[in-house]
Parts: sequence; C-alpha cells; structure tokens
Amino acid sequence: MNLISFMGAIELGLIYGLIALAVFLSFRILDFPDLTIDGSFPLGAAVCATMIVSGCNPVLATVIAFFAGGMAGLVTAFLNLRFKILNLLASILTMIALYSINLRIMGRPNVPIITEETILTSFEGQGLPGYYLKPIIAAIIVFIVAIIVARFLNSDYGLAMRSTGANQKMARAQGIDTNKTTYIGMALSNALVGLAGALFAQMNGFADITIGTGTIVIGLAALIAGEAIFSTRGMLMAVLACIFGSIVYRIAIGLALNADSIGLEPSDLNLVTALLVTIALILPGAKNPLKKLMKRGH
Amino acid sequence: MINVQDLRITFGKNTPNENKALQGVNLSVAEGEFVTVIGSNGAGKSTFMNCLTGELIADSGAITIDGKDVSRWKAARRSSLVSRVFQDPLAGTCEALTIEENLSLAHSRGQKRGFGLAINNTKRELFRERLSRLRLGLEDRLADKMGLLSGGQRQAVSLIMATLQPTKCLLLDEHTAALDPRMQAFVLELTNDIVKETGITTLMITHSMGQALQFGTRTVMLHEGQVVLDVSGEERSSMTIHDLVDMFGRVRGEELDSDSLLLG
Ligand SMILES: Nc1ncnc2c1ncn2[C@@H]1O[C@H](COP(=O)(O)OP(=O)(O)OP(=O)(O)O)[C@@H](O)[C@H]1O
Ligand SMILES: [Mg+2]
Repeated sequence: MNLISFMGAIELGLIYGLIALAVFLSFRILDFPDLTIDGSFPLGAAVCATMIVSGCNPVLATVIAFFAGGMAGLVTAFLNLRFKILNLLASILTMIALYSINLRIMGRPNVPIITEETILTSFEGQGLPGYYLKPIIAAIIVFIVAIIVARFLNSDYGLAMRSTGANQKMARAQGIDTNKTTYIGMALSNALVGLAGALFAQMNGFADITIGTGTIVIGLAALIAGEAIFSTRGMLMAVLACIFGSIVYRIAIGLALNADSIGLEPSDLNLVTALLVTIALILPGAKNPLKKLMKRGH
Repeated sequence: MINVQDLRITFGKNTPNENKALQGVNLSVAEGEFVTVIGSNGAGKSTFMNCLTGELIADSGAITIDGKDVSRWKAARRSSLVSRVFQDPLAGTCEALTIEENLSLAHSRGQKRGFGLAINNTKRELFRERLSRLRLGLEDRLADKMGLLSGGQRQAVSLIMATLQPTKCLLLDEHTAALDPRMQAFVLELTNDIVKETGITTLMITHSMGQALQFGTRTVMLHEGQVVLDVSGEERSSMTIHDLVDMFGRVRGEELDSDSLLLG
C-alpha cells in the first residue's frame, strides 16, 4: 500500500464514517433497521453533482444534498409510522423508488464534475497535493459533524430520541412524542448519508447511479469495527468510534486488496464486506446492531 | 381531580375474540385521595389505567383530569398530568441508559425538551438528593447503567422518577408484584411516604386484599369492566380482609374461594 492509496483509504474512511454514524443513529439509537441509505447515498451525490453542473455554488449544493437525504429518511419513517409498514420493508420501498428518482435527477447514469468548481477548488493550487488535501478537508467536515451529532445526542432532545429506541412505552410515559423523535432521527440519519454522497461526488469527480449498492453493509461493517476496537462509553466516544471504525475498515480492505498473495480484485469488496459482517453477526458474544433483527427472524 | 364517565372499550370488535374489557366505568376521585383498586384477573384494571394514561384511547366515555377533558389526548400530552409506575420493573426504566439519564428523562416530563445538556451538575445534585432517601446507595452510582440494578431497585427508582416533576396523579399498576416480600414491603412503604408527603392523588392496583385495606383512603373493585364496589371512610376503616372478600362474593353473586383471594 503506497502513500497515495493509504491517504485515499483515509479519505474514503472519513466519508463512509458519516454513513457508519447514520447506521448508528438508525440501527442503534432508534432501533430502526433502515436500508434507505443505499438510495440516499447516490441521492446526495446526484443532487450535488447535478446542481454543480448547472452552475450552483458547491457549498449550497452540498447543503441541499444534506436536506435531500433527510427527506428520503422522512419518507421511510412516514411509511412506517403512518401506514404501519414494517420498518425494513418501508426502507426498501424508499430505496427502490430512489433509484428511479436519482436517474431522473441526473438525467443519465453518470454525471462527471471533475472539471467543475467543488468545495475543494478554493483550497487547491496552494502547493498541497490532492491526496493530502482531500482527506484533510474530509476530516474537518466529518469531525465537525460528528461533534455536533454527539452534542445533540447528549441534549435533552437527544436523550429523548435515545429512549425512543430503547423503550418506547417508557418514553411515551415520560411525555415524549415517539413519532416525532423517530421522524427527526431518521431525517438526521439519512441527511448525514446525503452529505456523505455529496462529499463522495466532489472528492471523486463524479456521481454515478451505482455507487449506492451495498452502502448499508459497509456502514454496518464500519460500525461493528468501531465498536469492537474502541470503547463506546458515552455518546462522544460512540460517535467517534463510528468514524475511526470506518477508517480502520478502509485501511484493512486497502491492505487486503494490495496484498498480491491473496489475489483480491476491487470488485471483490462487497463479497469481503458481506463475509466480514456475517462473521461478526454469528460470533458468539459479539454485540451488533443486527442481533435483534436476527432474533426476530426466528 | 379524576373524573371518569361511562368509559367503554372493546378489543377485537366484530371478531370471534371480541372482548368488552371496559363496560361503562364511572369513577370520581377527589384531590389527594389514595385509592386502591382490586379485582380478579382480566377484570379490566390495567386497561382502565391505560385509558387514564392515554396508552389506550377508549371507544366512548369521558375522562377529565384536573378539570381538563383529556379523553382524546395522546399519552405524551397527558404525561404532564399523570405519571405511572409499571408492573414490570423493566418497562418503567430504560436499561440501556444510565441511572442519571433515566432520571433526566423524568425530570423533563411535561417540559420542553431542547438542546441543553441532559445531564449537568445542578441536575446531578438533585438526583443525588432524591436517590439518597432510598438508602440503597444509588446516589453514588449515577453513571451506572439501569440494567445493572435489581428489579426492586429499579421499581424504587421508577417511583422517584414518577414524582420528580410535580404531577396531578400517580398511577401504580401492581408495581410491587414482581418483587420479593422484603423489597415489596420496602417499595410499598416508600410509596406510602411519598404519597403522604406530596398529597398526590393516587390510584394503586393490587392483588392483595391486605394491601388494599392497609394503604390508601378508599378501595374500589372492578369486575367485568365495571366498578362493583367502592368503600371509604368509616365503613372501610372497620373492615377486615374477610369482610372485603365476602363483599366481593356478594357483589358477584357467587360463592368465592376466599383462599385464592387471600393469597398474595
Ligand atoms: N391490547 C389488548 N388486546 C386485546 N385484548 C386485551 C388487550 N388488553 C387487555 N385485553 C383484554 O382485556 C381484558 C382486561 O384486561 P386487563 O389487562 O385490563 O385486566 P386486569 O384487570 O389488569 O388483569 P390482571 O389482574 O391479570 O392484570 C382481558 O380479558 C384481556 O385479555
Ligand atoms: Mg393488569
């Protein structure tokens, strides 16, 4: 693994750290298994890239992508809360619908923005090579977001949201409108994914309809890695564990792909991730966000 | 304080399992009264309480609490007027959260929940002071997960939580049923002390005829979704457990196996 691919792994790890954080919010905090993420990640990229191509300010485009992701989360929550559609199924419906919507937004399967102005543009040309600049910008954005999310979870409202996922009946008895906290939590979770999509598009110079496939599993893998390696006592630690778990996961994958003796291709990534998550799920004593889901399946 | 008129609810309407759980409950509870509620399994006691808290919305009838018609209010909105302790120690507290976080949730009941820190030193001081009256040493374990506590300890904390914010009435649904006799006595004494101190209007469901007479100022019996017995004052204070069991039998018009009611 050379320096450039190492920095690339860190950059990608940071961006997917937002997704691990989103998975943490939905699966852990709200106890809402949400697959919308596979659709809201390309949604964020599509919205951001399309707006940038049409001449919009890249910061504004990134903010709009954040809110677009949030809307997707609201739709899933609405299907579940209003019509009592099983949470997992509700999220699959939104995800499928988003595939068509993303194509509509982009007008074609791929929108290149490599020559356009992005949030990186104003920092370029100051002597710092791109492979340093991108992870630095990503780190600044991701850590600011992570700290805000941690602070939110430690607030009165954040605590209300945490009790919603942990014990809904008790939450209601304490005067918490559990529907509202679920809406807000799902919106926040998918907004983070939309933001990740926007960052991904700008760092890589394109938006593509296929980038969403398997996002949820990568997010889960990062979350599981983070919780296995780092102490998660307290909200700030739990949130940072998501980000660092994602970085560690990316570096590990990078090392595996680089080791010629194993003979892995980049296209094997999804298989490797699925295997890792499966192993984490069946390991006895492992605490993981899908445990409950698995029990329900029996 | 609490006024209930002709409350009715039917589960599984128009199905083979149709169950008329409440068939016209009428009850008026004055401010500061401590009512014990008895009745056999399936009499509708929990259902009645769930209707008061808003966990269930009745099919018909009216509920007024503190002069406000709350019949159509959802549970969250009613929480500023009523607080409750569940029968299941696991239900009333969040095991995944710490003791102080649980108390903080209760501390914000009926208040606007904003973005201020859920835990700060002022709140910690208050929580410590409230917990210390339990003499269970919990005041030194604020950062421990609730799940580490025993059922009895959790019920005791639930009681503290229920009365952390001023509230109009306290609803207790067999809140000592899952505890061992020693812890049961402890939680009952605590309940009695808190109710006396705060003068809060209280409804307590129990299966023990002894507790029903020993605690409170009035005893009500539910049967097949109706109030069938209501004693208070002189009549109640001169009553023995056997009198109560006999009365229950007369009301139901059938001979009862009094032993089964005396147990527990
Ligand atoms: N959610 C529900 N759906 C269907 N039926 C219900 C529901 N809740 C209660 N019931 C039925 O309503 C009747 C009254 O139940 P309830 O729980 O109020 O009794 P209870 O007096 O509290 O009994 P116990 O002393 O056993 O706790 C029972 O026949 C019960 O099966
Ligand atoms: Mg009951």
